[in-house]
Amino acid sequence: MPIFIDRRLNPKDKSLGNRQRFLKRAREELKRSIRDQIRTGKIADVDAEHAVSMPARGTAEPSFGDAKDSGKRQHILPGNKHFAPGDRVPKPGQGGGGSSPGKTVSEDDFRFVLSREEVLDLFFEDLELPDMVKLNLKEILAFKPRRAGFAATGAPTNINVGRTMRNSHGRRIALRRPKQGELDAIAEELAILEAEPASAATHQRITALREELERLERRRKRIAYVDPVDIRFNRFDFRPVPNANAVMFCLMDVSGSMGEREKDLAKRFFVLLHLFLKRRYDRTEIVFIRHTHEAQEVDEETFFYNTQSGGTVVSTALEEMHRIIQQRYPSNEWNIYAAQASDGDNFVTDSERCIGLMDSQIMRLCQYFAYVEIIDERESHIFGTTDNGTSLWRAYNAVNQRWPNFQMSRIANAADIYPVFRQLFARQPAFQKSA
Amino acid sequence: MANQTSKSGQTSKSGQASKSGLLFSGSDWDFKTLSRAYEAIEALAIEELHLDVYPVQMEIISSQQMLDAYSSVGMPLMYRHWSFGKHFLYQELLYRKGGRGLAYELVINSNPCIVYLMEENTMALQALVTAHAALGHNHFFKNNHLFRQWTDASAILSYLDFAKGYITRCEERHGVAAVEAILDSAHALMEQGVFRYHRPPKLSSERQREGVRERLEYEERSYNDLWRTLPRSKDGDNVGEKDPGMAERKKTLNLPEENLLYFLEKNSLVLEPWQREIIRIVRVVAQYFYPQRQTQVMNEGCATFVHYTLMNTLFDRGLITEGAMLEILRNHSNVIFQPGFDDPRFSGINPYALGLDMMQDIQRISTEPTAEDRDWFPDIAGNGNWRETLLDAWANHRDESFIRQYLSPALMRKWRFFILADAASEPHYEVASIHNERGYEKIRAGLAHSYDIGASRPDIQVVDVDLLGDRQLRLEHKVKNGIVLEEASRDATLRHIRRLWGYEVSLAAIDAQTGGTLNERSTSQIGE
Repeated sequence: MPIFIDRRLNPKDKSLGNRQRFLKRAREELKRSIRDQIRTGKIADVDAEHAVSMPARGTAEPSFGDAKDSGKRQHILPGNKHFAPGDRVPKPGQGGGGSSPGKTVSEDDFRFVLSREEVLDLFFEDLELPDMVKLNLKEILAFKPRRAGFAATGAPTNINVGRTMRNSHGRRIALRRPKQGELDAIAEELAILEAEPASAATHQRITALREELERLERRRKRIAYVDPVDIRFNRFDFRPVPNANAVMFCLMDVSGSMGEREKDLAKRFFVLLHLFLKRRYDRTEIVFIRHTHEAQEVDEETFFYNTQSGGTVVSTALEEMHRIIQQRYPSNEWNIYAAQASDGDNFVTDSERCIGLMDSQIMRLCQYFAYVEIIDERESHIFGTTDNGTSLWRAYNAVNQRWPNFQMSRIANAADIYPVFRQLFARQPAFQKSA
Repeated sequence: MANQTSKSGQTSKSGQASKSGLLFSGSDWDFKTLSRAYEAIEALAIEELHLDVYPVQMEIISSQQMLDAYSSVGMPLMYRHWSFGKHFLYQELLYRKGGRGLAYELVINSNPCIVYLMEENTMALQALVTAHAALGHNHFFKNNHLFRQWTDASAILSYLDFAKGYITRCEERHGVAAVEAILDSAHALMEQGVFRYHRPPKLSSERQREGVRERLEYEERSYNDLWRTLPRSKDGDNVGEKDPGMAERKKTLNLPEENLLYFLEKNSLVLEPWQREIIRIVRVVAQYFYPQRQTQVMNEGCATFVHYTLMNTLFDRGLITEGAMLEILRNHSNVIFQPGFDDPRFSGINPYALGLDMMQDIQRISTEPTAEDRDWFPDIAGNGNWRETLLDAWANHRDESFIRQYLSPALMRKWRFFILADAASEPHYEVASIHNERGYEKIRAGLAHSYDIGASRPDIQVVDVDLLGDRQLRLEHKVKNGIVLEEASRDATLRHIRRLWGYEVSLAAIDAQTGGTLNERSTSQIGE
């Protein structure tokens, strides 16, 4: 008789720890791979699982092995059809890997899937987000318990007394649990009979009543007043907190001066805002507006990858945004967020117009408007925190002083992005209430 | 299929089954049926094949758990390391994509012999797996001389338990990164971490290990730097000054040494006691798997032969239904499928197929030999006692010697074996021998040679080190047939050796025939 052990109920995911260690080790390369995917993928897709290929560095497991392209060896193979000794067979490709035995797909060359949390962790790493913000962004949705019927199991605090007593009552009737009244009646009759002078008839009656009383009392003890089967608990369903809709406007200057690096930084800036909005609102839409000397609404693909030549007139983008808001996103139904990225170039005369547009229309409609000016790393030393700068920067600086929901910053690398949003994330509780 | 849900239906069914004499009917299994099937199969194995097995412990696991077991080299207990996570990702991917099915079973060379059964298997498959693993592999583990001499079936699980706990404690004390660094380096040398020529010492018992550890801890605690400043004894001084010469150095260090991990563990000047213990753990695990790698064909052949014979006997005696037998045969033929060399599915010689064919061939030679067989196998041809012949082969051979001794011309013709000579300098292969009179001997020798792990793995040994001089560790690689080491992985591995040794390491490639030095690589030439 062999020993049987049923291991199916043992804890699962025994290798989870090993997986985490592996990811930690491959962190740098995975980060790069995720960054590439974010660069090429859609903004909204960041918040999902990603397949990545096996990082080559840091995860190799070297050992001494023979060089395939040296020396003489023999392969003993089955299935000879027409060869005779002395026949020559050309080597397939180079090195002769084709028909030599034991070649299987390398373990170092495969793609695997990272979970959403793992992707976000890697994404956040250069952005230098505070931990609390990271945690907030990773948390999928806020849930709120809602009453949803009754359950037979639950915590004592959730006992529904009304429902429990109703069940108990029904059961007592069905099982004919003697009522207190019946007992009282018998007891009263007994008392009267006992007070009367004794006779054979009364004696008999008393005995009968006593037996009856005892029987009823035994029955009452057997049939509980409230039995565990009666108990009902309030059941709660965890439902996502109802959130309003949000729309996010991405504005970007796509004139020739915006290169690959600038666009990459801009994209990360948009991704971060989108993650924030997605967590906060049930439905988030993204509108992409690109502009040179004229603005147009485009899809994401065109937004990031098509260049257009022309001058730079920022106010066209603001006008376009305003037009779209009027048309599709009435501000009483939508929370409007805007993120603008630019290298700061603008026609001097246009900057005045931008201030006007912002003050009179846009800032009234927006919950939040963030502007980043993407500058060269060398420039960041020169400008530092001075208020001097490009014409757009100076113009927006004026807006910044008037509107608390306006944020602006110069960014030279990924770590500069978060400070732009700092206030947004810091003011969370207030936002939650208004949303 | 969840066992609980099918239990009620199964009992009534198995009730019918026992009335009709069948071991089981239908595809669902439960523990009672499994147990009945095991007992019937075990009785049959002892009666029919005279097998001798360890007691069996069967464990039912889910596919997820099977994947877990895969990634930790098939052991139920294993210390943590990132490389296992990497293997897990790989296996999981293959499985998810449907690229590879999971094994139906996993068997562990331990006493009692642990057999993992997948819960998804049908009852017919469970019976097949029971015969294959719980009897076939089990018999092989218990009786093959390699396993008897080189591994300790009763101690391995408790040793792994100790290893896992020890490494966890080290991680707590010294940090995960430090432990990981040692494990990385030790893993790189796993191939060079086995004793090939002399038997490894027995695994010490828990109490002995505890004693050694306590002693080491005591030494660490009571270490006093003052002792170092004591004047050395006269003799010691003399030895130091005179330079005892290479021959004497080699003698004291027991060089040359083929087990690099063993050498580093015992002689490295930079390792802490806990680091030595970790190297020892890796070394013991490598040694434990060494016999398995030398007996793939025999082990799988033995198990396949046993299940094929037993299942047919069960069917002949009317103990299993035709449907079950059909399912078993289908799986059996999948397992022993061997495509030809030019088939796109070809990925080397299938050890199940070669093993089974050779063992059935032995059966044929001993019962109905041809004239050719009498020529080639005068000892066993027509002896009529195939059981004893097979039991003897299972007990006393490894793949290399088994093929060298028993591969018959008839089988070489059946497999249409041929030898392709592959010289790196030539743009083409040359067919050296085929399955004909002149080629039989060569093919047999060549195939046997390809299963000789000692010959097919790079032969690297520690040859010299001057502990009182520059402390450079000198390694030697015997280059056979001009096959040198792959350079990138060689350099990476040398870096790992330097980490364990603490000083420069050099590796000389020596031609095995001429004795001339082909090249020499030192870690001083390799950057970090």
